Amino acid sequence: MTALHQLTLAEIHQGLAQKDFSSREITQHLLDRIRSLDKTYNCFITLDKKGALEAADAADSLLAKGSEGALLGVPFAHKDIFCTNGIRTSCGSKMLDNFVPPYDATVVAKLKNQGVVMLGKTNMDEFAMGSSNETSFYGAVKNPWDTNRVPGGSSGGSAAAIAARLTPAATGTDTGGSIRQPAALCGITGLKPTYGRVSRYGMIAFASSLDQGGPMARTAEDAAILLNAMAGYDNKDSTCTDIPVPDYTAELTQPLKGLRIGLPREYFDERLNEDMAQTVHCALAELEKLGATLIDVDLPNSALSVPAYYVIAPAEASSNLSRFDGVRYGYRCNDPKDLEDLYTRTRSEGFGDEVKRRILIGTYALSAGYYDAYYRKAQQIRRLINQDFVSAFEQVDIIAGPTSPSPAFKFGSKNNDPVSMYLEDIYTIAVNLAGLPGMSIPAGIVDKMPVGLQLVGNYFAEAKLLNVAHQYQTVTDWHKASPID
Amino acid sequence: MQWETVIGLEVHVQLSTQSKIFSGSSIAFGAEPNTQANAVDLAMPGTLPVANEQAFHKAIMFGLAIDAAIEKKSAFERKNYFYPDLPKGYQTTQLEKPIVGPGHIDIEVGENSTVKRIRIHHAHLEEDAGKSLHEDFHGMSGIDLNRAGTPLIEIVSEPDMSSSEEAIKFLKKVHGIVTYLGISDGDMSQGSLRCDANVSVRPVGEKKLGTRAEIKNLNSFRFIEKAIHIEVARQIELIEDGGTVVQETRLYDSEKNETRSMRSKEEANDYRYFPCPDLLPVVIEDSVIEALRKKIPELPEAKLQRFQSEYALSYYDASLLTELRSVADYFETTTKTCADAKLSANWIIGDLSAFLNKQGIPIEHSPVSANQLADLITRIKDQTISGKIAKQVFEAMCNGEGSADEIIESKGLKQLSDGGAIEAMVDDVIAKSAAQVEQYQAAEPDKQKKLLGYFVGQVMKASKGKANPGQVNKILAEKLAK
Repeated sequence: MTALHQLTLAEIHQGLAQKDFSSREITQHLLDRIRSLDKTYNCFITLDKKGALEAADAADSLLAKGSEGALLGVPFAHKDIFCTNGIRTSCGSKMLDNFVPPYDATVVAKLKNQGVVMLGKTNMDEFAMGSSNETSFYGAVKNPWDTNRVPGGSSGGSAAAIAARLTPAATGTDTGGSIRQPAALCGITGLKPTYGRVSRYGMIAFASSLDQGGPMARTAEDAAILLNAMAGYDNKDSTCTDIPVPDYTAELTQPLKGLRIGLPREYFDERLNEDMAQTVHCALAELEKLGATLIDVDLPNSALSVPAYYVIAPAEASSNLSRFDGVRYGYRCNDPKDLEDLYTRTRSEGFGDEVKRRILIGTYALSAGYYDAYYRKAQQIRRLINQDFVSAFEQVDIIAGPTSPSPAFKFGSKNNDPVSMYLEDIYTIAVNLAGLPGMSIPAGIVDKMPVGLQLVGNYFAEAKLLNVAHQYQTVTDWHKASPID
Repeated sequence: MQWETVIGLEVHVQLSTQSKIFSGSSIAFGAEPNTQANAVDLAMPGTLPVANEQAFHKAIMFGLAIDAAIEKKSAFERKNYFYPDLPKGYQTTQLEKPIVGPGHIDIEVGENSTVKRIRIHHAHLEEDAGKSLHEDFHGMSGIDLNRAGTPLIEIVSEPDMSSSEEAIKFLKKVHGIVTYLGISDGDMSQGSLRCDANVSVRPVGEKKLGTRAEIKNLNSFRFIEKAIHIEVARQIELIEDGGTVVQETRLYDSEKNETRSMRSKEEANDYRYFPCPDLLPVVIEDSVIEALRKKIPELPEAKLQRFQSEYALSYYDASLLTELRSVADYFETTTKTCADAKLSANWIIGDLSAFLNKQGIPIEHSPVSANQLADLITRIKDQTISGKIAKQVFEAMCNGEGSADEIIESKGLKQLSDGGAIEAMVDDVIAKSAAQVEQYQAAEPDKQKKLLGYFVGQVMKASKGKANPGQVNKILAEKLAK
């Protein structure tokens, strides 16, 4: 029999239903595995062993009574950006090292209602600001494929935990690529839904107009199962869209005949490493074999997406992070001598360098006299980028390309060059600016490291993305590749 | 040199919604600190605002009442600054697309009550901040976030007022409109209506506006009047001494009756306004606006006109009666029941107001209801009691001793209108007042009228005030003429 930790979410469900093992058994197995392996990988910031075993026991008794449910008793992990009632939620920051929320994020509550067993909270770049997980207050996560390399970010803890088989699935959040890029770098499947598809309530804000939570798992099928539970309207989030949630598993097996796949010329230019390009083309050839047609499309304003993003996201962040002032919760400096001192030292000591850098950029971009030149201009660019996609989707059903320009890089290699770090997200950022759904699926190995194929869909076309990804995964094995036994 | 004052006001009105503008917490005044602040109000990480539809409806009603355009797609901005009673580090407010566009409010100025139009630049929705408490914390500060998130409309006028009197008149109009609409309790003592004043001076005839100072913290009509006076005097003195007014924010200190500088233009915050990404623009349908328009009651302006024409009241009486909707409603109920507008007006403006003011109770809680007062007035009209006795009855009614009829009955205050009995009393008084009779009969007719008062007084005294004064006068005149 396959080791419990090698099972996908769907397989675990089946095993539980057939009484091959209990929820407590697999939960205990994964907790033991985390205890022995996570010293190396550093995927988790907080473990909730007691809560996990209690939830597993509760699930087992429900299963014994004949309860069903695709997620009942299934071990799981949440990125430490989602507030969990009674369990520390740090957002990877010293600022919230002591913060225990008195409420669950909507996503957490929804999954809890489905009976998932939360093992713990996964590591991440501080306030989700980073592409390598190196900005976490709790130290970087190591890529299970090569511990000298980064797992990607900011949902690096979730991605690495899935790759290391410490959890079958986890939540992530994606503001500029934070689900897709670590999924690619760790060889797993990640989906960023359409902006507004999943509630942001209780998900600590980085850039409100770009942030979106989504599932990270081993397979497209697992991602579909999770999205079924995560998606839907929430009256606590005004930006959440009130349209019905389809069954995302229903269309997984649809044939791809007639599918039109757009390839943006701008994503295959000289900046893309040659091995990466070849890998992506191989993946696309597989999709062609499945009946899809490849069509070249233009996203003429692509080059503007990174600069526009690095105005809009820091601008929103500079405001969103103002609440961390040492007054009501979180870190507070010792013995403030007055209000100014309280603010200055709390924020100087509580935030790391990358967060401070973005607060400064954002504050500058919104300042009197600069607003029009930066923020307003960036919003105009955002509309142009949006229009590029609208035009492209008049010709094609989905858009495909690389998720990242290169496989996982080595620790420290981009630390002193923020711009080169920011360019990690060159293929993912435009999707957030447009608010579209995007996925990354394992598509090959370059330099012994996994690389991802990015699929971008039209608004609320998650089912289509999952269908394409699942079909690809039925004819390929890249998603089964494991860095660990 | 002759100086002219220029004033523009920013009026903050708390809206009387059930819950806060972006959360479900209650906005009731006076609760224990921080008991009406939930995770959203505390700006806990990950929490999000959801706009309160009622706040929009109330703001729209104000806009319709001042004849303003309603913004069909209204959006929120964030105004960023750090302060402990501002939990998010920004105030959610409206800058580019305020819900209420340009409108106007008319005031009456001068002895002839000439109408002067004060233009409203716009009115926007925003959230109130919490309160910082600096006493009782041994050198530390306490923060109460109950008020944080209370919905406000900020009404911004053009600089169209030229005296503190006009500013007060304007403010009273605003107060009247918002209370008539029922969108705010307008209670200044609880901070439901607050005001900042932009004040500048310029030589009479000068077209260009002088440099203005913004005076903050004006929370009563009296303070607003005093603060504007003192600020105008300060600016004139400064300029006449060769100085210049600097653009700044000044705080009014009511204890010292002075304004003092809070911060200059250079020190002013850069608020870094930008559209709030957590709130989508709110689209207002025409049908909503029309439904709200139907809910707008008769406003003070129209009521003032109607009271003068329909009830033949003076401008003065009508304006007193229409200042508060509750008083106007009371008046109309009284008048309807007793069918005498003039007497109703006199009683409400006179004895009733005096009593209520003394007790410090609003007319809604008056121990004498409008119908009860009408019953009393009816007894004056049907001559059951005299106006003088009525005051005595009214006092008893205020003390809760019963209805007018019950009190008249139990105290035996019914007016004496029996001609025979009055005649006997008149005869008795005349018999005892030989000297006065002689004096009366020797006097010229116009002087006699004056002298008659003595005899009336004596008869009334003899009847313990119950004799019908009309009859007493008539009988006395007849008897003395003989």
